[in-house]
This record gives sequence, structure tokens and C-alpha cells, in this order.
Amino acid sequence: MKAFTYERARTPAEAAAAARVEGAKFIAGGTNLLDLMKLQIEAPAHLIDINGLGLDTIEETEEGGLRVGALVRNTDLAADQRVRRDYGVLSRALLAGASGQLRNKATTAGNLLQRTRCPYFYDTNQPCNKREPGSGCSALGGFSRQHAVVGGSDACIATHPSDMAVAMRALDVTVETVRPDGKTRSIPIADFHKLPGDTPHIETALERGELITAVILPKPVGGKQIYRKVRDRASYAFALVSVAAIVQPDGTGRVAVGGVAHKPWRIEAAEADLPKGAKSVAAALFADARPTEQNQFKLTLAERSIGAVLAEAKG
Amino acid sequence: MKFDKPAGPNPIDQLKVIGKPTDRIDGRYKTTGRAPYAYERHDVVGNQAYGYVIGAAIAKGRIASMDLAKAKAAPGVLAIVTAENAGKLGKGNFNTAKLLGGPQIDHYHQAVALVVAETFEQARAAAQLVRIDYAEGKGAFDLAAARDGATKPEPKFGGPADTAVGDFTGAFAAAPVKLEETYTTPDQSHAMMEPHASIAAWKGDQLSLWTSNQMIAWSAGDVAKTLGIPKEKVVLTSPFIGGGFGGKLFVRADAVLAALGARAARRPVKVTLTRPLMMNNTTHRPATIQRVRIGSGVDGKITAIAHESWSGDLPGGGPETAVGQTRLLYAGANRMTAMRLAVLDLPEGNAMRAPGEAPGLMALEIAIDEMAEKLNLDPVEFRIRNDTQVDPEDPKRPFSQRQLVQCLQQGAERFGWSKRNATPGQAREGQWLIGMGVAAAFRNNLLTKSAARVRLDRKGFVTVETDMTDIGTGTYTIIAQTAAEMMGVPLEQVKVKLGDSRFPVSCGSGGQWGANNATSGVYAACVKLRESVAQKLGFNTENLQFADGQVTAGNRSVPLAQAAVDGELTAEDAIEFGDLDKKYQQSTFGGHFVEVGVDIATAEIRVRRMLAVCAAGRILNPKSARSQVIGAMTMGVGAALMEELAIDKKRGFFVNHDLAGYEVPVHADIPHQEVIFLPEADPISSPMKAKGVGELGICGVGAAVANAIYNATGIRVRDYPITLDKLIDKMPEVA
Amino acid sequence: MNGVQHALELDTRTSLLDALREHLQLTGTKKGCDHGQCGACTVIVDGRRINACLTLAVMHDGDSVTTVEGLGSPDDMHAMQAAFVKHDGYQCGYCTPGQICSAVAVLDEIKAGIPSHVTQDLTAPVQVSEIELRERMSGNICRCGAYSNIVEAITEIARRPA
Repeated sequence: MKAFTYERARTPAEAAAAARVEGAKFIAGGTNLLDLMKLQIEAPAHLIDINGLGLDTIEETEEGGLRVGALVRNTDLAADQRVRRDYGVLSRALLAGASGQLRNKATTAGNLLQRTRCPYFYDTNQPCNKREPGSGCSALGGFSRQHAVVGGSDACIATHPSDMAVAMRALDVTVETVRPDGKTRSIPIADFHKLPGDTPHIETALERGELITAVILPKPVGGKQIYRKVRDRASYAFALVSVAAIVQPDGTGRVAVGGVAHKPWRIEAAEADLPKGAKSVAAALFADARPTEQNQFKLTLAERSIGAVLAEAKG
Repeated sequence: MKFDKPAGPNPIDQLKVIGKPTDRIDGRYKTTGRAPYAYERHDVVGNQAYGYVIGAAIAKGRIASMDLAKAKAAPGVLAIVTAENAGKLGKGNFNTAKLLGGPQIDHYHQAVALVVAETFEQARAAAQLVRIDYAEGKGAFDLAAARDGATKPEPKFGGPADTAVGDFTGAFAAAPVKLEETYTTPDQSHAMMEPHASIAAWKGDQLSLWTSNQMIAWSAGDVAKTLGIPKEKVVLTSPFIGGGFGGKLFVRADAVLAALGARAARRPVKVTLTRPLMMNNTTHRPATIQRVRIGSGVDGKITAIAHESWSGDLPGGGPETAVGQTRLLYAGANRMTAMRLAVLDLPEGNAMRAPGEAPGLMALEIAIDEMAEKLNLDPVEFRIRNDTQVDPEDPKRPFSQRQLVQCLQQGAERFGWSKRNATPGQAREGQWLIGMGVAAAFRNNLLTKSAARVRLDRKGFVTVETDMTDIGTGTYTIIAQTAAEMMGVPLEQVKVKLGDSRFPVSCGSGGQWGANNATSGVYAACVKLRESVAQKLGFNTENLQFADGQVTAGNRSVPLAQAAVDGELTAEDAIEFGDLDKKYQQSTFGGHFVEVGVDIATAEIRVRRMLAVCAAGRILNPKSARSQVIGAMTMGVGAALMEELAIDKKRGFFVNHDLAGYEVPVHADIPHQEVIFLPEADPISSPMKAKGVGELGICGVGAAVANAIYNATGIRVRDYPITLDKLIDKMPEVA
Repeated sequence: MNGVQHALELDTRTSLLDALREHLQLTGTKKGCDHGQCGACTVIVDGRRINACLTLAVMHDGDSVTTVEGLGSPDDMHAMQAAFVKHDGYQCGYCTPGQICSAVAVLDEIKAGIPSHVTQDLTAPVQVSEIELRERMSGNICRCGAYSNIVEAITEIARRPA
């Protein structure tokens, strides 16, 4: 870990302004950032501690939704009575992630900004386009059981590890930010995470120094809300495949899939097939899939998991 | 004390202290964070500097150049150790690859440098500044590809490479019912919770090492040999070990580099391996390819059985002895086993909990299940029908004790085995397909010399000193129980000191031999101490009672403490074994019963119930022995369902080299586990009449899980771990 | 720290875990992986359990930290520590302090009504059960495999009237 300077910011605008410095980075929960700093995959020269910004409340919006502060801990978001009642898929997704200890520290914004758990990204001896643009992708032709089956590129087949983000994609949340110049903006979750393309090191729509201040949950949409996470061990593991679904009594609804792509995977057009069943939905979601020999099973698994979720929603 | 005749009645048989489910005497220290592990010894020496290990970035080849300039100039850096500046180093008897690589690199993450600095943060940061250029060589990393070039290994542990009795080929060809299948087990990692760690300090030419090690004498010797100094100049201390499972049988890079770092920095140095370094830097259980062939009559009696295994290791390494149990477990007149070893340039393979039997039974006990199905026999009954009370390769040798049949029968009854539907894929509860599986457990009882010293002080307190280790096994407690039983004092009046190379040399912890051998050594020393006490107190009869702090013969009774009134009494002895293990086959047995649920949609597998029935000689402490068994069962569930060091076959290393990538079971994976010990005392084994039990629990359990999955789904998977991707395409259609 | 105030001057890079182990010499809290993958470093900060390895000491200025040493001592064990001894809820002992800190915090989390992955009904009160404990304790790996006994130890404490 390289030496860095450290400051505690007091307001979001102050934090964003401080982030103008070359090599500056925000730290909130730190559960992923410090993990990566120890391996010198992240090497900030300056850390801006944003835990004192007061962005840790959940408030109701005028539109009837919730404004979730960027620093709300995963545990608190999952345990919030309003979230449990109206956004069950989000509560479930959060509780399926990480461990109790990590959820107590990890924040809403930090969870969205998690970096991939690709083992080659984590091993600085190995080529990785995400860590070192242009060095190559070791997972292609290497150990790729966990990797993306859709939306990948010749440069990168990493997956996004978050559970929370998959549920948020199904809920169509909006990410609110403030930039170093003080301007704020709202980014729809669909546009927030990027596919790897030729630039797998660019993972989100955020610009340098841009700080997430909140996530807006739209007015509740009702329906049966299910988050199904499939993994090798029963807990404390990243998803092989996960499904976030909101199914209405008439059989229409929304489906987002985790563990299969560089971002939470949702194609709105595929949802028209929901009443027809999992096969049709999966066919539409994965029409452009390019799995490796080792992760091809994820396509069958995703289809069957969607099937199980739809059956549960009916039953 | 020579042990060459079966034990007669002795003070241990009183079972006043031995055999009781006593709480661990070190428990209050472990649960309050006061038990000191290797890296935590702030108390032993001051001014400790920090070492950070750098591992090789390639699997095979040479270091072309190393640039240390930037790192040396970094804040706080005191020294950097490399093969170039470390002086001439030897290689330990128990190491295959060198612990400090360079210029030649033998495997990925082989240590190539140690950066020593004032603080951990400085050492870690400076390590990133060391620039190394490599000339990468070509290596072999794929066991399946190397299989045809594998050769017959020299016998080391685990007997000869090949055995054969009768005419296997003829009998197999003639058998009316036959099975021939190939099974694979992957490379696995010990993944003990405490990373390898050492603190080293030099006083002149005398080296003190506080480390985490299972085998004190082996390792003191190997440290000396590696550094080229006399063994007497090494003091190695390891009172608490945060798990080993075979991964700390040997000296590893942390110890050698701490010693070299302390020499270079001229002050004490502490070194721990980082978690991401451990899996490629240290040893692992090698992968196997196993072919099993079984021929049987229609009566369900095995007439021919063959087990062959292929594994790989670095040049000079050994095979995974996966065929060992098949030489002894089932009857059958015509039989053969063979092991072949390929050269692979992956990290060094070596012992991990129940080496040989753990992966061997994972294959054999699926094969037995498959064969029972072919014969239309219940798998419990098929095993019982092929029981043998003698060594099937050498029928003159009976088993000293063998209650495999009883284990299986009692287990079946207790588990409700009769409720199992023999036709797979029939039982369902909601989303879950339910199945039950059984497997035999088998592991040999190994005998080896073990010494101890006992002291009696004027307060009547007994102190035991031996270089034996407690790796979580409960050694402190069973040694205290042994001494308390022998000397007739309460447990609270026994102090146990372990893990110090200045103490008499014990068997150490490995191969499930620790409990039986180490307590027998303490028994021997106590017998000697009793003689001194008798002499001191003027008893001249053999018929002495040591009980309740008193020594009694007839009407005369004297407080034990009286014997030490003029000064401490000390006795030292060792247990040394004759040829009873040649005349008799000494083994431990068990039956594993497992129930699993397999999610009908996703093929996720969850274990619902587990039972082990064990016959393993006298159980010295049923509480800690049970813990050994449930722990091994847990590791067996890991082996069955999730554990695999994934190999990058191009770059030659284990890719998933941390605890996020290499998944081991968590709480949610393990249900309540039940263990039954059958009453048994084996006088042929030792004066304790005990045997090992620490590894028996992992033996066979993986196959019991596999067989339960088959019973649940009708899908037979022969390649471990059994992950859902191996089932999903064959799972039934769901609406 | 365990009720005592400490003033430390530290490298900004020092984790809370290393501050405990190397600077305060409170070595009860263990380093198993240093990457949040094992739970051996679990401590309770301001009433919540966290991984001490994945947080910087400098970020905890003024916080209240409880470690396994703060729960009890060999001669005055916390009820949870005593239950671990009674049920043999450990073997090598290296994950044990983390398991115990986690166990103490888990019971508080259940009391506070925080749901888990296995909670059947998100809108109903949370109950103590073995399956709840197994899920909630899953961030604490025990390679010796003492899980079955650990859950029995925690269950005993959970059922004991407060």
C-alpha cells in the first residue's frame, strides 16, 4: 500500500472539490477499496474520508419513493421497514450479499462501485486489461467459471459482483451525484454501469471526483418481489447467477440477472415474454451470449433460476 | 519403554480421568484471546522488525534481473534478503522445492525476496518497489496430459507403489458383475485459519524461532539444515498453532526468511505469509486420477479388485497415496493396486489431512456404491458382505480390532437408513430432491516413538514437558488427563508444556498419530516417575495405588507431594514400539451416513443430516475426539462440494488463491453433526489402548455425500468437487 | 478500547486490526486473511461487528471498540466464552475470538429485529433459530469445522433468560 494523505470532508461539495487532486479517492466503508489497496491494485495518493458527510439517512421523496443516502450501510438499508415492505427485492439482495460484518460497514454507494472479483484482476502478476489497460485478458482462455457469459468483449469478461445493484436495476433506481464544480446530476441505474468494450477499466458513468450522494428508489411498484442467489456454498459467496424479479399478479413484471455480465443484466424487451415463461425470457436475455466452455452452465442455470423465481411468484 | 507385547491391565484402565468428556484446559485462554500464536509474541523479544515476502511471478524459469535500489531507499527499510545475498542455503529433508527461490524458479509464488522494515506498512509498500525480470520457462501443469508419462515412484510414506495378489486380470475378466470407472479429485488447500508465521531472533550463533509448526524436531532439524548451522543452535517454539492439517508439518518460507531477515537486519524479525501467497507458496493436496475396477460374483462377494492412481508433483516429490486403503478395506482373492507419479511444475504437493485415504476413499467408496447398485444390493449390505478380519494381501496378519460391520449396522439403524429409497430421484420435499448416502471410513493407526518428561513438585503438582504440539486436537487436555490418571492427581494439578524443541522429542502432530503416541510417551514417563516416587517414599512393592493425591500400598498411605519434599522429582522416558504393527494390521474404522437435498431447479446441493459411527480404540476424551471427527466431516463436505484449487494450465498456478476464491464450508453449509464412538480398547496399539481419530472423520465422508447426491438425483458425478454445473444439464425438467 | 481511552499516533495505512495487534498488543483479534474473507478479525465497534482488517485505524478516532479481551478474561469469562468452552466450540482457537465477538453481536442484531437471508417473512419479527444463527455466523470461517458445536453454544446463550 502506497503512502497517502488523509482528510475528513465535512460537506459533499467540499469532498467533491477535494477530489480534484490527482490520485484522490473517496473512502466510505472501505471494504473493497482497502482490500484492493493492500494489493496495490488501487493506489490513491490522497484519501477523502466521507463518513462524516451525513449522507446516512433514508427519507421519503415527494414522488412517494425513498431517497437513500450514499452512506447508508447495507445492514440499515436492508433492515429499513419501508424497504422491507415496499422494496423486498432490494432488502433480499442486500441480505444475500457478503457477511454480517461487511454489511455493517459497506455503504450504498460503495456497493454500486464495487470492482470485479475476477481472480486475475486481483493478481498483479497476471495480465488484466481492467487493471492495466492493454496488458491482455487472462480469463479468456484461462479459469473463467465465474465470468461473464453476455455483454463481454475480447478485452474483458469480468462480472460485476454486487447483489444490491441487480435489485436496483430491477427497481429502476436513479443515482444522484455531485461533481467537483458543485453541479449535481441524476444518472439512471441502466446507464450507471458500463459494459467493458475496449475500455474495461472504465466501469461507471462517474467522472473524476464525482461523488454519489444518494440513490433514489422510485414509487413502489408492488408485485411479488424475489431475489434468488445461486452459489456454490450456502452463504458468504459471490453469485454464480442471481435473479431479481418483480412479478405482478397478471404475470407481467421485470427481471434483472446478476453474475452473468459486467453489469446487472436487464433487457426490458425480454420482459414482454414473462407471461410465456423462463425459456422465452432467457432466450431474449441471452440471445447474444458468448460463454466460455467453463461458464456455459450459467445459461442453463439462469434460465432455470428464472423459472424457479416465476414459479415462486405464482405460488 | 518398549512396547512389544499387548498391554495388560494398567492404571489408565481406571478411567477416572481418561475417557471423560473434559473441557479443554486451554479453552479459557483460546476463548478470551489470551493464547499466544506465533506472530503475536510481543513478550519474547523486543525491537521486532517486519518482513514481507515476495513470491515469484512465474511458475518456472529464471530470475533474469532484480532491481532492489528503489525498495532499499524506501522509508523504514532495513534489509532485503534474496537468494543472491542470503549466502549458501541447503534444503530441508521435508521440502521438495527450495524455500527461497532464485535464480531458478520452481513454482509460482515461490519466495524470492524478503523486505525487512521498521513497520509492516513500510515493508509491504517497499516490497512493491522491488523490480524483477524473469525469463519464463516451459512447464507441465496438466495432470491429465502428463498421465501417460507418469512413472513408478520410489516408496516413501504409504508403502510400495505397486501391490498384487492372485490373478486380478483373470478374475476380473471372469466376474459376472463388473465395474470399471475413473474418478478424479482436484488439488486442495489446507487453508488453515492462521497463516504461516514466525518470529526469529539471533543471539550470537543461536537462533530462536517462535513459529507455527506441527513437528518440532523435524522442523528444528530442517531449519538448521537449510541455514547450514548445527541443530543444537536452533530453538523452536510453537505452543499454539492456528490449524495445520498437514500444511505446517514442515518448515516453510516464513521461518527460514525470518531467520535470514533477522541476520541481515541484525535484530529480531517477524514474518507471516499473506493469505493470497499461501496457496501457491506452501504445499497442497495433489489432484488424482483414479481408476477402480471391481469384479464380483452374483452373490455380492468381490472376486477381483484393482485401484490405480495417478498424481503429480515437482521433481523429487512424492505421489498422493490414494490406493492405500484399497489394500486393506475389502476382501477379495485377486487384487492389485498401483500408484504412478508425473512431474508437474505446480507448487509442491504434500500431506493434507488423511493423505492417501481422503482422496482414495472419495473414489473407492463411490465405486462400491455403484457396484452395489449393479448387484441390486443395499450398499450397507454389500460392504458387510465383503468385510475381512485379516489383511487381504497377507491373510496371516489379522486386524487388531475391526468393527467396520458394527459401525455400518449401528449407523444404518440410527440414521433411519431403511427409509432410503434405493431407486434414485424419488424422494422430494418441496423444491428439494432428497437422497441418502453411505460410505465406509478407514484410516490406519500409525505408531512412532514419542518421549516426554514429567516433574513432580513439593506441592504435588505434576508438570509434563514434551515437544508435542496441539494443533486444535486437544493435546494439552488429553496429556493432562493421562498424567492425572497415572499420578492420581486432579486435572487441575497438572501443567502441560508443549511445542518447544528443548523438550523431549515426541511423535508430533500428523497422520492422526498424535493422541495415541504422545499420551503413550507421557504414560512411559509417568511409569518412571511412579517408580521414583515409590523409591523415594520407601515402598518396595509393585502393587501401588496412586489416587486422590495419595500413594497407597496395603494400609500405608503417603501424600504424593511428600516424594518431592527434598526437591522436584523428574522422570523422562519414551514409548518405543516393537513389531506389533507388523504382526497385526492396526486401523480405525467408521461408517458415514449423509442426507442431502438438491434443488430441483438450480441443482444447488445442501447437506441436511450427517452421522459418523467410529471405532477407533479407546477414546481418551469424547468431547475433543468428537470435535476432531465433526471437523473432519466438515472438511470432507468441502472436498465433496466446493474445494478445488483451479489451475491456469497456461501460466501454471492456482488461480483462486485466497479465501474468497477457494471456498471452504461456512456455518450455513453444515447441519448438526452426530458422532457415535463404539466402545473399544485396543491393547495391541499401545498402553493407552487408543488409536488415532483426527483423520478418520474425513475418510469416506466425501463419497457418502456423492452417493447421497446420486440417490437424490440419479446423476452420478465422478469428478470432484460436485458442483451444480456438473448436474444442471441432467436435472429433470421443471415447469 | 475495551473501555479504556488510548492515544495513538499511527501511519495512515495502519488498519484497525494492525493497530490492535501490533500497537496496542491486543492480539486476541486475529489476522486470518487481511481481506475480509474469513472473519477472524471481527470486533465490535460502537455496538456493531465489523472486520477490523478492512478499516483504517485513523477512521475510528473517538469510536468505542470491543475486542475479545474486552468481553472477558480467563478468570472471568463472558457467558458466550464459557459456552464455547462447554460446547467445545473451537479447535485450534484461531477463529475463536472472531466467532465469539460475532456471536455476541448476532444476538443483539436479532434482538434489534435485523433480518437475514434466511428470514422467512421480512415484515414479521425475527426469531432465534439454528438456521438463523448458521446464516448470520457465516462470515466467520472455522477451518477446523467446529460449526455444529459453535451453534450449540450460541443457542444455549440465546435461550438463556437475560
